Amino acid sequence: MTSSTGTAVVTLPTDEQILITREFNAPKRLVYRAWTTPDLVKRWWSGRRGTMTSVEIDLRVGGRWRYVMAVGSGGGEIAFHGEFREIVPEEKIVTTEVFEMAGVTDADEGAPLNTVTFSERDGRTTLTLLTHCDNKQLRDMILESGMEAGMQEQMDLLEELAISLR
Amino acid sequence: MARAATTTDVFNAVAEPRRRQILDVLVDGERAVNDLARLLGSAQPQVSKHLRVLREVGVVDVRDDGRQRLYRLNGHALKPIHDWVKRYERMWAERFDQLDAVLEELKENEEN
Repeated sequence: MTSSTGTAVVTLPTDEQILITREFNAPKRLVYRAWTTPDLVKRWWSGRRGTMTSVEIDLRVGGRWRYVMAVGSGGGEIAFHGEFREIVPEEKIVTTEVFEMAGVTDADEGAPLNTVTFSERDGRTTLTLLTHCDNKQLRDMILESGMEAGMQEQMDLLEELAISLR
Repeated sequence: MARAATTTDVFNAVAEPRRRQILDVLVDGERAVNDLARLLGSAQPQVSKHLRVLREVGVVDVRDDGRQRLYRLNGHALKPIHDWVKRYERMWAERFDQLDAVLEELKENEEN
């Protein structure tokens, strides 16, 4: 990595919330673009857990988004979708986020609400992502989703972080 | 993730709001059970019951101090919870590292 600019910090402000904060070495118009352009989202959203097979973004209030990611070698896919509730270009996006589970076709009722903010200073951007759930159980389930990280992957990441901290 | 019963699992032990309140008070130092009951505005038997659960998972230690027993936080036992959040953090760290690379490219394209 050339210029990793900080590590994601996760805090739990309340029982129903998860807050992620991260700084980027780029102006917010670019961070916003990378966050909202399907072809760009495809390149980062899966992290190192798979590849994005589909990214659809209808960036307007009431518009929908859907991300699909291939995981493992068995052809498995996981998908998320939601609806844009509020959009302030290059400043703020509020969306619902629903994890699609096989056989579950419930409405987006009670879905977590994600609020992303972008603020710039001296050409660098601080991004915050606040996930707000209806209840602690759901919040904890989302946190649990980080559990799938394999040992090897974690080691790779630690190495990468170590390099970026030099 | 199946979890063990409350008695052996720190996650379940702190899932109860009252028990988290007890831990919040103990962060500031050790307390006797009657102090805790007063501070939390709940009955002593209830507080004692919660303290027993917290002791069973090792989050709270107790020592005798003359005529009273003092309870204190054992932060080390909370490490699994901390680690759990860390894993989620790692998932996002990966995404953001990839995003860094995308941003570098966007910046270069702008400059050219």
